[in-house]
Amino acid sequence: METVKIATRESYGNALVELGHKHPELVVLDADLAAATKTAVFGKEFPERHINCGIAEANMMGIAAGLAATGKIPFVSSFAMFAVGRAYEQIRNSIAYPHLNVKIGATHAGITVGEDGATHQCNEDIALMRTIPDMIVINPCDDIEAQHATKAAFYHDGPVYLRFGRLVVPQVNLDRENYKFEIGKGIVLKEGTDVAIIATGLCVSESLKAAQMLEADGISAKVINIHTIKPIDVELLVKTVSEVKKVVTVEEHSVIGGLGSAVCDVLMEHAPTKVLKLGINDTYGESGPALDLLAKYGLNDENIYSKVKSFVI
Amino acid sequence: MHTTDLKKLANSIRKNVIVGVYHAKSGHPGGSLSSTDILTYLYFKEMNIDPKQPTMPTRDRFVLSKGHAAPALYATLAEKGFFDPEEMTRLRHIGSFLQGHPDMKQTPGVDMSTGSLGQGISTAVGMALSAKLSNEDYRVYTIIGDGETQEGQVWEAAMFAGDRKLDNLVVFVDNNNLQIDGNVDQICSPYPLDKKFEAFNFNVVVIDAHNFDEIENALNIARQTKGKPTAIIASSIKGKGVSFMEDNVGWHGVAPNEEQYKAAILELEEAGEVL
Repeated sequence: METVKIATRESYGNALVELGHKHPELVVLDADLAAATKTAVFGKEFPERHINCGIAEANMMGIAAGLAATGKIPFVSSFAMFAVGRAYEQIRNSIAYPHLNVKIGATHAGITVGEDGATHQCNEDIALMRTIPDMIVINPCDDIEAQHATKAAFYHDGPVYLRFGRLVVPQVNLDRENYKFEIGKGIVLKEGTDVAIIATGLCVSESLKAAQMLEADGISAKVINIHTIKPIDVELLVKTVSEVKKVVTVEEHSVIGGLGSAVCDVLMEHAPTKVLKLGINDTYGESGPALDLLAKYGLNDENIYSKVKSFVI
Repeated sequence: MHTTDLKKLANSIRKNVIVGVYHAKSGHPGGSLSSTDILTYLYFKEMNIDPKQPTMPTRDRFVLSKGHAAPALYATLAEKGFFDPEEMTRLRHIGSFLQGHPDMKQTPGVDMSTGSLGQGISTAVGMALSAKLSNEDYRVYTIIGDGETQEGQVWEAAMFAGDRKLDNLVVFVDNNNLQIDGNVDQICSPYPLDKKFEAFNFNVVVIDAHNFDEIENALNIARQTKGKPTAIIASSIKGKGVSFMEDNVGWHGVAPNEEQYKAAILELEEAGEVL
């Protein structure tokens, strides 16, 4: 089924507007990137509740902490590189340690930032956010999931890290009406018996396409969408490896500390299984069109297909 | 409340700072003692707070951005009745609600967790902004260190506060001119601090941090000033009140031994009797 492609950052902005109508305590903060993070639509609708802090991410996180400590529910937006990279310690000490109700909506995660190149391509954010106690880490794969994730983050009491992309992505969850989002619960998108492909973010749709290609070769691949990397769905992962012998993880993030590591942490403890981690291989990105980068760094459908095939056979 | 009463309270708070740091066998007496008079005035004369209702929504807020002065904040809160002063003997002990640096989740009366320099002032700015957004009239106070102004985040926060005209915000700079490695102006000078804050669109008052009349006057000016946050550059003496600790960088982050502890308490008790 052909559907309109939408970037998850856009879904984020739209969900904020919807939440803003219902909840006067919701405020949105930006560091001079509102046009790119897509929170500008919120600013247009609620100018008094859209706080542009200027290019000062560390201060923005502190302001959000102060707002949360006095009853507001702030969503803080910037590129993943600057939200998590620049302001890691402010997130850790001013927001998460006091368990303040701040949501970090980071856009432009991963290499599909594209032409801006390595300084703007954050492949380390999931790793950094995962290590912070109490932090919820969510990486939605499409429009409907990103909207639901934003709303779930709002209703969750405590800090949440939301990871969004710049690139337009196809819709994975086609039954939008009946789509259910629950923090910490993975979604089985396709059943299979030979291998489980566990993916997150935009790699979910690429993995689904790869699974169809594998099917033609007689390899039955189960596909799981893990939108919440922390807390991860332990039950689903353990159940999955009782059905398949091998697991492949796919993420637009470093293979160090991201989804692959989170899955291995669980499987090592509960059900040791052979795992192939696909992701950014401990390297920086570079400038180029997003889809070409995805291919070059081994994360499009064809790459996933061939790597899973040689891993399984 | 008369100045003499404030001096008595400050004297008692200083004793509990020494008690706390001595029992913890670690901590920061120098910067605690330089901040004590400002804290005493804020909690006993300036701020709208109620120790029986530490989370009262309409209360004024205080953020100790120089979080290492936690012993002074704790001793002030205890003196005010937020908790038993006896708790000071458990400062920094395992299981104590008096952590090495302020923890809003554990200590009654602490409005923000701090300790990493430069971050507290941003949270105070966020609180002041929050009051403006919801048309509430509580005020927000913070104390930063002079060495802390070397953190760039302080100036990000100042730029925002000045731009947003947060006249419900007061930033004290505890200006004792000493930091761990030596004199502030010899390590990386932030001076002139008054002109810097003026340039960031603050109303600036320069005072003696140990003179209650000057603290009062500065806070009155802050209240009357509309459209600008106020920075109070408070010239202070590190270790104030304990002669062998005064203006001595060696007492930044060291606890007194038993002999020094007794000498410090004796000196403070004698000073208290004179009052």
